[in-house]
Amino acid sequence: MNDTQRAGATSPFKIRIEEKTHIGADGTRLTAIRDLSLDLKPESMTVLMGPSGCGKTTLLRVVAGLDDDFTGEIDMPAHSRLGFMFQEPRLLPWRTVRQNIELVAAPGFSGNDLENLAEAVGVAEMLSRYPQELSLGLARRAALARAFSTEPDLLLLDEPFVSLDERTADRLRRLLLDVWSARPTTAVMVTHNPREALLLADQLVLLAPRPTHVVAVETIDMPQAERDTKMIDVLHADLSRRFPANFAEL
Amino acid sequence: MSETALQRDVRRQAAWYTRGPWVSILSVAGFLLFWFAAAEIAQSRLLPGPVAVIHYVIHESLHGDLVFQLGITLWRVVASFVVAMIIGSAFGLLMGQVPAVNRALDPWLIVLLNLPALVIIILAYIWFGLNEAAAIGAVALNKIPNVIVMLREGARSLDPGLDEMARAYRLTPWSKFRNVTLPQLQPYFAAASRTGLSLIWKIVLVVELLGRPNGVGFELHLNFQLFNVTAILGYTLAFVAVMLAIEYLLVQPLERYTTRWRNKPV
Repeated sequence: MNDTQRAGATSPFKIRIEEKTHIGADGTRLTAIRDLSLDLKPESMTVLMGPSGCGKTTLLRVVAGLDDDFTGEIDMPAHSRLGFMFQEPRLLPWRTVRQNIELVAAPGFSGNDLENLAEAVGVAEMLSRYPQELSLGLARRAALARAFSTEPDLLLLDEPFVSLDERTADRLRRLLLDVWSARPTTAVMVTHNPREALLLADQLVLLAPRPTHVVAVETIDMPQAERDTKMIDVLHADLSRRFPANFAEL
Repeated sequence: MSETALQRDVRRQAAWYTRGPWVSILSVAGFLLFWFAAAEIAQSRLLPGPVAVIHYVIHESLHGDLVFQLGITLWRVVASFVVAMIIGSAFGLLMGQVPAVNRALDPWLIVLLNLPALVIIILAYIWFGLNEAAAIGAVALNKIPNVIVMLREGARSLDPGLDEMARAYRLTPWSKFRNVTLPQLQPYFAAASRTGLSLIWKIVLVVELLGRPNGVGFELHLNFQLFNVTAILGYTLAFVAVMLAIEYLLVQPLERYTTRWRNKPV
């Protein structure tokens, strides 16, 4: 199992999408993505940023294999395991937190592993609770534990910290970094929050409005743990100057 | 200030008698009292009081074949129920998830929904003979369209977000059905079973009355010809008691168990 994981981790993921078109209920065609090309570095965090409605979520769904209706190819190792954190926690309300995690966990994932992971994300006390008994923040933590329990080759995060108050969101971002550094994997996150992007990204991908494609890829070399508010401010100012369209929203 | 104390008092009083089964017991006692009074006033062989009827039920269960007749009817109810739920769920889910199938089968469904129970029963007996299979089949066929309608609604209201989650995490089809789909359909199954049991046992009596040599329906028919109202009420009472027992001892506990995740306070 370790061998396949290593093989998965060292070969890069290549995303080539020529065109992805939605057909609306009234029959109108809407091109969400055109000529998008992106390589993911193994065990790095790629953050996608773009104006809202530009097709970021569509892109993640295509990468996750949830939407086959596009032209192009997603090149990833066979039998890759996936972890997906959605905008809403999407836990099964009729299963306890523990059952929710066990349902998707990797084959070799033991009860001990589960408890360690739960401890790391701070839901150890909540394992026998049902999701409806949890606050949104706790449910997000449980969803994070679930995403890591698959021991993913590719971790996809779709604005996982929206609609939380800033303090909770910030705590969860640090938590994500901790858990992720302990269990490194290739990760792709979508966000429209520039500070979140600058805190988490190894590779920051700026996307154009619909139909979306890559405008620029910025690499941030400093390790995430060493980034402080001041440094993020400097980066933010610099990027706002160079890409006003992508940073105008704040 | 005294007003708020009074309000609190009223609230405590309300809490006292809504707690526990007091209201239900009182309500049943009221009904028995009304029945008793009506029978006393009428003083007629055609309206026996509760005492006479209960005496008949006890006597017939000990010395007659009331228990056997109840058993026969109950078996027909269970058999029709199982057949109707299985076939109805299968078609309901299919029609809820595949629009083309829904369009093709919807006219059939509407015809079946509006076909009188009596017509189905008579035709079943004429075409398939006066036998057990025709009886059970006819009852099931009366219930199937209701099950289809409810389960189709259930299949249409499945959460696409959870479906996406199941696909992203590569759940096997069986695991997805058991953990994601089935729990979402549970309320629809519960509603279909609830209305199903009550509808089915009424139709089973008609089927027995028209073409079976035993069962509660047959006994009702027999006693109708004898104008034995005590026996008619006795059989009705006994079977209603059986259905109530099923509701409170089987259906409700099962439902509490399957919805336990919903009852927890936040």
